[in-house]
Amino acid sequence: MAQAQGFGRRYIKAFFKGFFVAVPVTVTFLDRVACVARVEGASMQPSLNPGGRQESDVVLLNHWSIRNYDVQRGDIVSLVSPRNPEQKIIKRVIALEGDIIKTIGYKKKYVKVPHGHIWVEGDHHGHSFDSNAFGPVSLGLLHARATHILWPPKRWQKLQPMLPPERKPLQKEQE
Amino acid sequence: MFRNALGKTFRFLGYTVQYGCIAHCAFEYLGGVVVCSGPSMEPTIQNSDIVFSENLSRHFYCIRKGDIVIAKSPNDPKSNICKRVIGLEGDKVCTSNPSDFLKSHSYVPKGHVWLEGDNLRNSTDSRCYGPVPYGLIRGRICFKIWPLNDFGFLRASPNGHRFLDD
Repeated sequence: MAQAQGFGRRYIKAFFKGFFVAVPVTVTFLDRVACVARVEGASMQPSLNPGGRQESDVVLLNHWSIRNYDVQRGDIVSLVSPRNPEQKIIKRVIALEGDIIKTIGYKKKYVKVPHGHIWVEGDHHGHSFDSNAFGPVSLGLLHARATHILWPPKRWQKLQPMLPPERKPLQKEQE
Repeated sequence: MFRNALGKTFRFLGYTVQYGCIAHCAFEYLGGVVVCSGPSMEPTIQNSDIVFSENLSRHFYCIRKGDIVIAKSPNDPKSNICKRVIGLEGDKVCTSNPSDFLKSHSYVPKGHVWLEGDNLRNSTDSRCYGPVPYGLIRGRICFKIWPLNDFGFLRASPNGHRFLDD
């Protein structure tokens, strides 16, 4: 009787020990290193979600590479939406701080991106809620960089930073 | 003996990783101790005061008007600012200086907050860089720990006139 009780207590102890190791490590990994997310919407077509609602892409989001807020023009990034903090949006970085760009449908025709901000746009112009609607976004809202498409298997690829030539900044502050 | 030292090193690294992860979860989802610097929140918070900030309110979206919050600086994501919430989304705020003859007002856009330091004369805040997106808020300061003669919950704003009722 006493031996069976000893075993039960040992299992409970082992369970809690494992729980307190596994949960914080997993949560920290998903918050700081990388996580996976399904892309919804048509704002990044044709790069992401070309199949529409039938086949949403699943992307790998890399938090670690942007821990120093080091983004390049052409990167696909996910950020906290400035209009709705409960939502994350995924867009392409078009301009960095100091660049002067021509906007599409923004209240000002030419914008110089302020210090500590970036200009993001979806690839599907006209169907995208991006900086052309809410202006430059603060780098502090940056969530992760999308590095790979993981699903569906036929779209398995590494996402390369690609800036559409017609969206290049008119004047760059840094090279 | 070499294998013993290797075993000990791995165990040490394992504990470091585990406690580091617990610390990350605690600060991200519960709260932590913060050292404030700068004169922008005087007299409520002085330079080098130590305060406790809780990070649950921002996850549950219950930051209220009048709360003191810590947020990432809009112009420099690597530094933090500590200000009081004067207006939430949809509130009317006064954007002009007290010395201006004509008062100008605007409404805080959706998903943003208007932050001002208690020391209005010596504070760069929303009057300078505009409304701050809610996503930049890191936590709400609820309690002062140091200096001990000022221990306890934080006072209400000395600038009641900045809170405009609709």
